[in-house]
Amino acid sequence: MAHPAETPVHHGAHHHEDPGWVRRILFSTDHKVIAMQYMFTGMALALLAGFFAYVFRMQMAFPGMEVPFYGLVTPNRYNVLITNHGAIMIFWVAMPVLIAAFGNFLIPLMIGCDDMVFPRINRLSYQIFFLSAVVLLISFFVEGGAFGGAWTIYPPLSAKAEYNLTPLGSSIFLVAVALEFVAFLLGGINFVTTAMNSRAPGMKLYDVPIVVWMIVVASILFMASVGPLIAGAVMLFMDQQIGTAFFDPNRGGDPVLWQHLFWFFGHPEVYVVLLPALGIVAEIITVFSRKKLFAYKTVLYTTFGTGVLSFTVWAHHQFVAGIDPRMANIFTVTTLLISVPIAEMCFVYIATLYGGSITLSTPMLWALAFLGEFLIGGVTGIFLGASGADIYLHDTYFVLAHFHYTFVPIAIIGTFAGVTFWFPKMFGRMMNDTLGKLHFWITIIAFNAIFIPLFVTGAAGDHRRIYDYSHFPDLAALQPLREFATIALLFMLAGQVIFLWNFFASLMWGEKAEKNPWRSNTLEWTTESPPPHGNWPADALPTVYRAPYEYSHPDRKEDYWPQNAPA
Amino acid sequence: MFHLIERWIPSASTYSGDIDFVFSMIFWIVGAWFLATELVFFWLILRFRKRDGVKAQYITGELKSEKQWVHWPHMAVLAFDVVILFFAVKVWYDVKQDLPPAQETVRVIAQQWAWSFVHPGPDTLLDTADDIKTVEELHVKVGTLYHFKLESRDVLHSFSVPVFRLKQDVIPGRVITGWFEATQTGKYDIQCAEICGIGHALMPGRIVIETPEQHTAWMASQSPISVAALDLPRAAQE
Repeated sequence: MAHPAETPVHHGAHHHEDPGWVRRILFSTDHKVIAMQYMFTGMALALLAGFFAYVFRMQMAFPGMEVPFYGLVTPNRYNVLITNHGAIMIFWVAMPVLIAAFGNFLIPLMIGCDDMVFPRINRLSYQIFFLSAVVLLISFFVEGGAFGGAWTIYPPLSAKAEYNLTPLGSSIFLVAVALEFVAFLLGGINFVTTAMNSRAPGMKLYDVPIVVWMIVVASILFMASVGPLIAGAVMLFMDQQIGTAFFDPNRGGDPVLWQHLFWFFGHPEVYVVLLPALGIVAEIITVFSRKKLFAYKTVLYTTFGTGVLSFTVWAHHQFVAGIDPRMANIFTVTTLLISVPIAEMCFVYIATLYGGSITLSTPMLWALAFLGEFLIGGVTGIFLGASGADIYLHDTYFVLAHFHYTFVPIAIIGTFAGVTFWFPKMFGRMMNDTLGKLHFWITIIAFNAIFIPLFVTGAAGDHRRIYDYSHFPDLAALQPLREFATIALLFMLAGQVIFLWNFFASLMWGEKAEKNPWRSNTLEWTTESPPPHGNWPADALPTVYRAPYEYSHPDRKEDYWPQNAPA
Repeated sequence: MFHLIERWIPSASTYSGDIDFVFSMIFWIVGAWFLATELVFFWLILRFRKRDGVKAQYITGELKSEKQWVHWPHMAVLAFDVVILFFAVKVWYDVKQDLPPAQETVRVIAQQWAWSFVHPGPDTLLDTADDIKTVEELHVKVGTLYHFKLESRDVLHSFSVPVFRLKQDVIPGRVITGWFEATQTGKYDIQCAEICGIGHALMPGRIVIETPEQHTAWMASQSPISVAALDLPRAAQE
């Protein structure tokens, strides 16, 4: 049903005439190929944005040095690097990998269908995403250079060339972001429609694995929140290029309006990337503790609750931005309230471990690390949601450390959890567990060593986006902490070489994976590793008989019970 | 125990101690929660490691008796949220919503990439001929309640005085009024806390908090023109 007529099932596998790699890879409509395209693009851009972090952290720790492999970091270059580090990590790494790559790979396989409902829209989605990345990279090579006014693009700085000195870069940046949104709108339509319409016979809504639910809810949050920002981006683009004054205070515009449009999207966006990571973690902790997920329905309704609440908290980014101070009280209430469903979800996951039979495999280590580390991100958010404390903490390194304790668990730890868990299914080979654990420990220890000191520098007054603190005498004593964080970053980046080696070496020479190496229940493990085009033979698509987390059921000898096994 | 931030940076305004208190209170509440949660978490991982011949338990988490294990912690989180909310909003109200009557007023003007300040001068009134204008240095008297009027000439900036725990964005096209009262003398940083272009790191300012005597002496040391104009505004008033 989901295949376009000219691409019959098993086209590539049994046909002697290869259509050529261009058509097979670049123009494939297979959800698994598109998932890999998103994943590899995201990984490549993660390396770039990681390199940016290396350059600007070196400058911060050792101001004025010639950074190896880069050179001198001028104030202008510094701003460009931090702006694009943030934008790339969120829009071109977290979103494509967590939502698009895992969503594309997992949804059809986990609900037991042969492909997305709209395979060609899916392909278009990736192509537009790729174009958006190219457009962003072009902005580095135009006259005036790339945009450096922070990923939040606040006008008037972003609106006028005389202020930002990047007449073309700032507009190209906006176009790139807008294109990326279009790609994810197309992807989101596909994810929601496929999950609602193409589930295997017998799969009721409560039988859908949590990660699929989470990606669906994340897609809905994205689609519902992005509209105002796209409208804002069009207005800002016109302010830049044709002299309109939507955000120009000298001609009747309001710069703070942009902040509302941006954060109305920007805060749900946090949950857009958080939810898929939480879903990945749910799949992994149930498998490696051989436990049924504690209170599946609670998790599901908590997800919906978080999603709804996430639309009501945005102005906590703007407490001191010149909004009516009375408004801050409302957003303080909603912001503290959203800690309740998120805490609930953490408790449910931890409760799942109780009475389990826990194996600390590499994917399980990542999943557990997600919980342990995300908790720090969660509790430090309370300081910032509390308006009174935020007067001081706003736009300090405390904020930066806080959101890195949410985004690194989400985009880095969550991704590694997912990649190490589904690698056998994606590529048909096993990853090396020893290298995996080595990579895990280096990454986790270095990650904490980077950001714990930054909580301290933030609480001590370090404000953000400063390329050299030597102009601030009161902050001079903090330099050793800044250096420590930078050195820890070097370790973290070096540790990623182990992952890249493990990834590509396992791809070539790894031990062949069986269909279901982790003895898991969900449907993706019932087909070949890697699954053929069409996922299952056309006459043997799975039928579902039970919920996804029936591990260690007392009526059964084996400790797992695949969803498709007849009663 | 309730002065965690003060270990790093002095507390020099009438409300900085209240903001430090909210920070410290949240620190202890969420710190205790965090530790308790991580302890349970690590205990479960160690206690329920895989052992030969021991099968995992089958717990759905749908029974009321099981759900209470997450229900009560979750109600406790809500209760603590309410406590935190109370103190946070109270401090917020005092610093941002309430505007106690001013003894003196200063104007703070931000632009790419410098702060300039207009002091009321000896007559303690702003917008009179004896106003003293400075760049990058704001002089205030300890124990005097000041209103500040924030203006920007170009983009967004943010007026941040860490020792006061004070921060307020500056928005072009608007005049934003706020207040502070210094409690100790000294020279401290003023930051711009909102990215404002390539010179964002290059617009540091200093706040000089003086005793009334020092302040008078400083005013006298300013340009003779403003001192000569001392009597003008009073004459204008009468």
